[in-house]
Amino acid sequence: MENVIEIKKLTKKYDKFELKNINLSLPKGMIMGLIGENGAGKSTTIKAILNLIHIDSGKIKIFGLDNKREEKRIKEDIGVVLDDSFLSEYLNPSDINKIMKNIYKNWDEKLYFKYLDNFKLPKDKNIKEFSSGMKMKIRIITALSHHPKLLILDEPTSGLDPVARNEILDIFQDFIQDEECSILVSSHITSDLEHIADYITFINDGSIVLSRTKDELLEHYGIVKCSKEEFSSIHSSDYIKYKKNRYEYEVLIEDKDLFKKKYNSKVIDKPTIEDIMLIYIKGEK
Amino acid sequence: MDIIISNSSNIPIYQQIKDQIKNKIISNELKVGEQLPSIRGLAKELRISVITTKNAYDELEQEGYVETIPMKGTYVANKNVELIREEQLQKIEGLIDTAVRLAKISSISKGEVQNMLDILYEEE
Repeated sequence: MENVIEIKKLTKKYDKFELKNINLSLPKGMIMGLIGENGAGKSTTIKAILNLIHIDSGKIKIFGLDNKREEKRIKEDIGVVLDDSFLSEYLNPSDINKIMKNIYKNWDEKLYFKYLDNFKLPKDKNIKEFSSGMKMKIRIITALSHHPKLLILDEPTSGLDPVARNEILDIFQDFIQDEECSILVSSHITSDLEHIADYITFINDGSIVLSRTKDELLEHYGIVKCSKEEFSSIHSSDYIKYKKNRYEYEVLIEDKDLFKKKYNSKVIDKPTIEDIMLIYIKGEK
Repeated sequence: MDIIISNSSNIPIYQQIKDQIKNKIISNELKVGEQLPSIRGLAKELRISVITTKNAYDELEQEGYVETIPMKGTYVANKNVELIREEQLQKIEGLIDTAVRLAKISSISKGEVQNMLDILYEEE
């Protein structure tokens, strides 16, 4: 399968934070969720992909092209929604249309106004007066109206209510109906991604901890709940991390069927992405 | 076509989709030649990953229940429904055979096994 984004050995060092040897690939037509704590490196990775920061080493290819040398060409085909809004609060949606027409060759005015209608966004009201859900929608619509092949979003659903989040997930799934289109979306609201993401990439403290299909993750990983005695019988190569609670041990394992056979274990829970993330971050080894 | 997905079930979602489509083909609710929803369309409707629906369709295709025509879509294959039923019956017979042998070894009565069967059937 062709990769839309391919990152090889990306490093970037700041005073107090560093991205370490990031490798990542997003196949065409897929949605990848980039998860991790605030400050884990999600936004830095996205900025590196968009060539908004200087990287120390590594290679980044988008649509198979070098992201620095071919930046102009690549950006015609990317729609971006970053954490800090680029839209002035004193513009209305009609103003935005006029501005974008001059920026993107492929800007589709008709599509843009159709989206505005679909999402019931007023054309002549300043964005300042929009609710946070409406603000996010206008940003996503703006990112979509030049027919990008890749959508990159940083925390699009944080701070939104469940109904607005749901509508945004709808937009995403509509967007990838065309097999040519792919999405990279970072979020710390993992339940949203639990539904629609095809791949999950988990960044912790500047490193990628795991990157695989969501189905593999949710079907194979397990959380064993056991007593101290039971825990001491588990070989350290058979689990990823553990968390000691007051009355029980929670142990994250990579393959629950294998574990069941080996240890004859009774209580193995099916984890959510959030469970996996929590034990990875808070757990010990 | 109804496909009902439970997120809390222990059965993987792709398996739930696969089983339900298979069931509809065997019961002739889905007829030979009928077109299934597109992989991406179904993923959207069910609010699940494309990979999940693709896995379900891939396995249905491997087992001969559906056919995919590139650029056109996925269709119910011309597989003999009687034959499918026969295959399933054989499989069930094999599994019951194992259960009966196990019961005999452990001197568990026919009644007890039948009871178990009744309960399990009801649970569905």
